[in-house]
Amino acid sequence: MDIKPEEMIKIHNPIPKKSWMDTPPDLSEGKFCYPAKAKTMEYLGIPNARDWSPADEDWKLPENWQQIIHEGFKDRLDKYRSLKVFMDICVRCGACADKCHFFIGSGDPKNMPFLRAELLRSIYRNDFTALGKLLGKIGGARKITPTVIKEWFSYFYQCTECRRCSVFCPYGIDTAEVTMMGRELLSLLGININWISDPVANCSKTGNHLGIQPQNFKEIVEFFCEDIEEISGIKINPSFNRKGAEILFVTPSGDAFADPGTYTFMGYLMLFEHIGLDYTLSTYASEGGNFGLFTSSDQMKKLNAKMYHEAERLGVKYILGGECGHMWRVVNQYMGTMNGPANFLEVPKNPITGTVFENSASTKMVHIAEFTADLIKHNKLKLDPSRNDHLNVTWHDSCNPARAMGILDEPRYVLKSVCNNFHEMPVNTIREQTFCCGSGAGLNTEEIMEQRLRGGLPRANAVKYVHEKYGVNSLACMCAIDRAALPPLMDYWVPGVDVTGLHELVGNALVMDGEKERTLNLRLEDLPGAEGDSDER
Amino acid sequence: MGIYKHLDSHAKEIVKAWNARFAGSYPSEGGRFIMKEKDPFNNPIGAMAQKAFTEVFAILSQKSEPDPEALRAKIDPIIRLRAVQTFIPSEGVAFIFPLKDVVRDALKKEVKEGMVSQKDLDAFYNRVDQLSLWAFDVYMACREQIYRLRASDVRTRTLNVLKNKGILCEVPEVGTEILPHDVYKNGGFEKSDEDPDRGL
Repeated sequence: MDIKPEEMIKIHNPIPKKSWMDTPPDLSEGKFCYPAKAKTMEYLGIPNARDWSPADEDWKLPENWQQIIHEGFKDRLDKYRSLKVFMDICVRCGACADKCHFFIGSGDPKNMPFLRAELLRSIYRNDFTALGKLLGKIGGARKITPTVIKEWFSYFYQCTECRRCSVFCPYGIDTAEVTMMGRELLSLLGININWISDPVANCSKTGNHLGIQPQNFKEIVEFFCEDIEEISGIKINPSFNRKGAEILFVTPSGDAFADPGTYTFMGYLMLFEHIGLDYTLSTYASEGGNFGLFTSSDQMKKLNAKMYHEAERLGVKYILGGECGHMWRVVNQYMGTMNGPANFLEVPKNPITGTVFENSASTKMVHIAEFTADLIKHNKLKLDPSRNDHLNVTWHDSCNPARAMGILDEPRYVLKSVCNNFHEMPVNTIREQTFCCGSGAGLNTEEIMEQRLRGGLPRANAVKYVHEKYGVNSLACMCAIDRAALPPLMDYWVPGVDVTGLHELVGNALVMDGEKERTLNLRLEDLPGAEGDSDER
Repeated sequence: MGIYKHLDSHAKEIVKAWNARFAGSYPSEGGRFIMKEKDPFNNPIGAMAQKAFTEVFAILSQKSEPDPEALRAKIDPIIRLRAVQTFIPSEGVAFIFPLKDVVRDALKKEVKEGMVSQKDLDAFYNRVDQLSLWAFDVYMACREQIYRLRASDVRTRTLNVLKNKGILCEVPEVGTEILPHDVYKNGGFEKSDEDPDRGL
């Protein structure tokens, strides 16, 4: 059959003209995170434990699910004044609309932050406001239906709680907290995802998300020490669970388990050895990350308490925290009213420089980037940045350290001290306006790789710009999720750019007392100018 | 073949109209944003589309036959984008075809006045069809890369720790082969006159 060109032209894309309320979510295979396992839900006390799939028509909701949502919503409105304010105050000015990486990467209007919040707000209006009850759909209200629940699941798991939109909101609405409430409500019906619930369960059992047992955690760190000895000639013997140490060091377990985070862990160990820090690692508080943040306030509180409980048990003065993302959001924004203040600890003081970290007076927990910047500022580290000369580095501000604690200049100061080639990405993609990796808030799972890659597009696009303009080949960051999520993102959008942690670069540049001449970097690759040496070993 | 100089003189409006048709494949708020926002870092989709369509059309509107490799490279970023969005595959590459529509509209006057013949248009349409096939190549390559990334995500996460724990290791050189290389050739278990040691 001949098709005339004119007929070919008629191919067009159907554009949904319906209002957002009448557009159902697409939950076909590949477009959702795998649900939590029944066994895990039972363990965590999440109700309605069952085996199910979001692709199923029937989600096996409890019989009185509408009542559960209504009461759950009411409880949270009573408990959190912020939620009530966020529900009432939005004037739909649109300032946030085009600030979300998922909207920018997908063009899907339900990823505009105010509209994502509207998914919840429409039910709030219907259930809790007189005007909403009266006006119904015209007043932006609607009744809850199973389709609304599915829509919540789809879109509250297309939000990484990165809070970029909040930076632009004139009312300061924290859309991440709206997502958190949405996810909590879903949890009441037994709707949760495997990538989050399993780590929370693991953390409750073994002290870390990955389920690494104490002896294995110790062995992994010892393995790092063997590599460090090979690289530097210096033997390190870190202590574990040592009572009476001055400092407890806590970092995400991703640093112990997954490359390139492992090299960052090696960097920490080398730094602490070099300055003679009196610290200990814990096989119980072997996790800085807190996937409870993505589940419910109760789980978040429990996992956060574990770190402080261990600090108290060991009798340390304070906690030093590694390169983690959301750990810092929990510590800086929620710990104070959840488990704090940690008055059994002391206000952190750098034992080498004497600097008192007044900003951590309540949490008693110092960020390693601040700690290291302080050491460098006081000339306590001997650094050879030329060891990182093969790298042309740019800095990705990880969402939570940047927006939840404002740690923007310290990592840059460290970075510029340990490497010679540094270029910033465009100004509207860094610092407070940084773009998310696209995989935060428990979405770093492979079954939604497409979602992660389109959510990460704005970040990758800015990296591509500096890659093409300045030859940037290294993307440095200080978050374990970033270190896991950015490598595939770079592979897809900007091949030729590798991902590194801040303290991996510190470890490379650090000239340790008594070290042998270095020929290898922390990845056991030849250092620039030492090519071929690794073969001669 | 007088079409190409006319294509060139209408390039700007053609690219603009093609871009609009592309943006129209997104829900209206999304499409408006893609067309309107000029900052390439706030609006990477719009910037990528503008660049890709300009460069692709520049190649298609040359008199010489387009080089497939050059076109694949130019269309790659925008197809790469479509491959991770929620479109089904046919929707993913469908934005190529409206280029015909757009060109016909742009050259309406020239066609009417006989400066561009239907044959000329058909020749250009063939190039668009060819482009759609190349776009499909790129689309599939992107999808395959995504599957690889999915698989390697799991593998790289676990491989090192399995190696570190000694659960997985590379088989060292042991000097002798445990099984002869051609063990499967003759069933491995049959007696052989040439090699009396082999077989049962």
